[in-house]
Amino acid sequence: MTGWASFAAMVAAGLVVLLGLPLVFDLFGLLQMTVFAAMAVLALSQGFIWGYGGIMSFGQTAFFGLGGYTYAVAVMNMGDSTVPVLLSVLLPTLFAALLGYFMFYGRISDAYIGVITLTVTVILFNVVNSTAGDFYTIGNAPLGGFNGMPSVPPLNVPGDPSSPLDPQQTWYAAMGALLLVYILLRAVLASRFGRVVVAIRENETRAQLLGYDTRLYKLIVFAIGGGIAGLAGCLYANWGSFISPTVFGLATSAQVLIYVLVGGLGTLLGPILGAVGIQYLISVIGAQEMVNANLVLGAVLVVFVLLVPQGLVPVVQGLFRRVPGVRRGQVAEAAPVEVEL
Amino acid sequence: MTVPLLEAQGATMRFGGVTAVNGVNFALREMELRCLIGPNGAGKSTFFKMLTGQLKPSAGRILLRGRDITGAEPHQIARLGVGIKTQVPNVFDGLSVRENVFVAAARRGSARQARRITGETLERLRLTAIAARIVGQLAHGQRQWVEIAAVLAQEPDLVLLDEPAAGMTHEEVLRTAALIREINQTHALIVVEHDMQFIRMIASTVTVFNGGAILVEDDVERVMADPAVRDVYLGKQAA
Amino acid sequence: MALTGLILFNIANSIAVLVLLSLGLGVIYGMMRVINLAHGEFLMLGAYTTVVSANAGLNLWVAMLVAAPLAVGLFGLAVERLFIRFLYGRIIDTMLATWGLSLAVVGLITTIFGTTVRGVSAPFGGFAIGGYQTSVYSWFVIAVAAAMAAGVWLVLRFTKFGLIVRATMQNPDMAAALGVSPQWIYMMTFALGSALAGLAGGVLAPVSGVSPVMGGAFIARAFITVLGGGPAIVTGTGLASGLFGSISEVATFFTTPVFGQVALLLAALVMIRILPQGITGSGLTGRLLRRSL
Repeated sequence: MTGWASFAAMVAAGLVVLLGLPLVFDLFGLLQMTVFAAMAVLALSQGFIWGYGGIMSFGQTAFFGLGGYTYAVAVMNMGDSTVPVLLSVLLPTLFAALLGYFMFYGRISDAYIGVITLTVTVILFNVVNSTAGDFYTIGNAPLGGFNGMPSVPPLNVPGDPSSPLDPQQTWYAAMGALLLVYILLRAVLASRFGRVVVAIRENETRAQLLGYDTRLYKLIVFAIGGGIAGLAGCLYANWGSFISPTVFGLATSAQVLIYVLVGGLGTLLGPILGAVGIQYLISVIGAQEMVNANLVLGAVLVVFVLLVPQGLVPVVQGLFRRVPGVRRGQVAEAAPVEVEL
Repeated sequence: MTVPLLEAQGATMRFGGVTAVNGVNFALREMELRCLIGPNGAGKSTFFKMLTGQLKPSAGRILLRGRDITGAEPHQIARLGVGIKTQVPNVFDGLSVRENVFVAAARRGSARQARRITGETLERLRLTAIAARIVGQLAHGQRQWVEIAAVLAQEPDLVLLDEPAAGMTHEEVLRTAALIREINQTHALIVVEHDMQFIRMIASTVTVFNGGAILVEDDVERVMADPAVRDVYLGKQAA
Repeated sequence: MALTGLILFNIANSIAVLVLLSLGLGVIYGMMRVINLAHGEFLMLGAYTTVVSANAGLNLWVAMLVAAPLAVGLFGLAVERLFIRFLYGRIIDTMLATWGLSLAVVGLITTIFGTTVRGVSAPFGGFAIGGYQTSVYSWFVIAVAAAMAAGVWLVLRFTKFGLIVRATMQNPDMAAALGVSPQWIYMMTFALGSALAGLAGGVLAPVSGVSPVMGGAFIARAFITVLGGGPAIVTGTGLASGLFGSISEVATFFTTPVFGQVALLLAALVMIRILPQGITGSGLTGRLLRRSL
């Protein structure tokens, strides 16, 4: 399939899911799919910076959590959810840009970037976890420490705080956001900027020698990823009307990496399917008492790193195209960035 | 006196206690083709990396058309019109040949212009037939040409090639030599090489490095005839 | 005066805890360039071994100083054989796989022991610095940390095993040509680092709440200390522990323990940015300490 055909097919499929799901799912099912969509947005953020930008963030949850808390604090103070949603994207974007400047302009190696991002999310967890008590109140919003913030007001029709969204409308919002982020990332990747980003992943030295300031490109990629993760955090906080420091937890960070690794690096569809699949698996495990979810997730991660490092979507694409030797680092041919040159 | 295209003034590079390049003065005219040669460890590759911004000189200056570029970032040097091919092939292995060249051409100008330059460069290097192939799957010699194509697609004023013929078959070496002569019709070049046969094919002024300094600088035939150069290459030089 | 003494004692204790947390990781990372993200869980396993065997009637000192390092050392050996050896040279993949291992171990221990916090009471009791009450056990923690660091240094510096290990890490091919099996050396180094983590977990068990998720609280501090220390395992880990331990204790004194830890992590991030190769790998200190161990 050419780039345009696959893009059109994906958007059509997304619209079918967006409009069709409320017709076939009951309320409980729809609520579950809403949180899956929020997690899929988070997966896209990780999949974009890792699979295309080659940036190994182990703390994408820092931006996810920051987005969620930003939304919660802002909406409790403002009432209308319109500006809080924008802030929940803007603030993580700026924070990611700042952290990205610190890392990329410091020429920090990949493994260290992993450790630094992990440390940042641990710092946020520690700080937010210790904000119990009246002292830590921003305007009308008590941060609540490890208990988190209950009764976060839901999204409302933009500009009208008296019309909160019902569950079906919330689904439209979450799935619509997922579709929009997907379209945005496809557009970014098809642009000249996106091609340079992929080129930098392939060979940073060569890109520098061709005159590209790779630090700036990575910073922008990282900031975009931060903003998308922030949006996911906003959707998540809105879905449960609740946010707590676990959003910054290492378990959440690991989950996001698993979505992307299972679904497939260097694709956008992979992280989405990975998020839905893994979240579904977790909900199935949660419904029984036999096996612990961490045990299963950990085993999945180890097995995929050792045996299927390229993830499921590239493997399936490889089967269809009979392209031998699709492996990590060379997944560009499976990557949906094909546009006529 | 005209300003040289590229000039090194007292360029020095120390690693810990070792001085790899020691106070080298060097000048390249517009449109000149210059070869840097020397035995292993002579400092030619270190000198090359100082010119390209991959290493920051411990002392001395590098000037491009009189403008100080000492210690500039590699991407800044590239933007001033210097195209660089490194010793180890640096290509985008996961991208196609066409995409490799396109990324190089796309840094400036419109997308249409970049596509035109890409097409012309592929044609010029006879890579059009394999334009859709993934570079990681190509033979070594072809990968070298893809890299040269990418270097040329940026339309540089000065082209720096580090061992462009390394690891090539005899036919490929002949074609690369012809290509370098052709590039020299429109560009100034510096070629680092240790294969004397190859240097004879592209016949130019040669700068011989030894022990981190310039030993001689002269026309290729005279350099070849120089007993001091022969001693260096055969390892007879008394320390 | 008494307050100064107390603060100095707390700083020493904080440094000792960092040394305990990071030395095992430092051995594995410094020698093998493997970032073991399950290191926190190795500590947790050491703590569980101590608590469970002490509660089963084993002498606490034996449980802590013998059973914990032995059990975790053997566990490390198995882990190295089962996954790590397939991933040498792929640093990111190793991080991902060991992260998976970390989750799986947390899940397994939760399945077996539940999520309740367990503990053993610290032996010895308290003593006073001026009017301030402190614990004698902290002196023991400091002593073990010092002994562990000295022990690793002596092994690397003076024993034949230490020499072979250092040679293999410098150049595995050369070592192989001289008749040493790099595979065997990697395996033993990983087991040694794991055993050190087990010992640390055992020693810290009486002073920390033992639960399946306790490793998560240690991991960031351990890593940042090792990376901050740089290539010299003992000197680097020691210096970084000294620096970060002091910073965190001083910050704790003025604010809360949480912000003490936050100050530690922030200081470490800034240091990694300034000295990317760590205290013993870059800058002036790097030149002075490059040849240390």
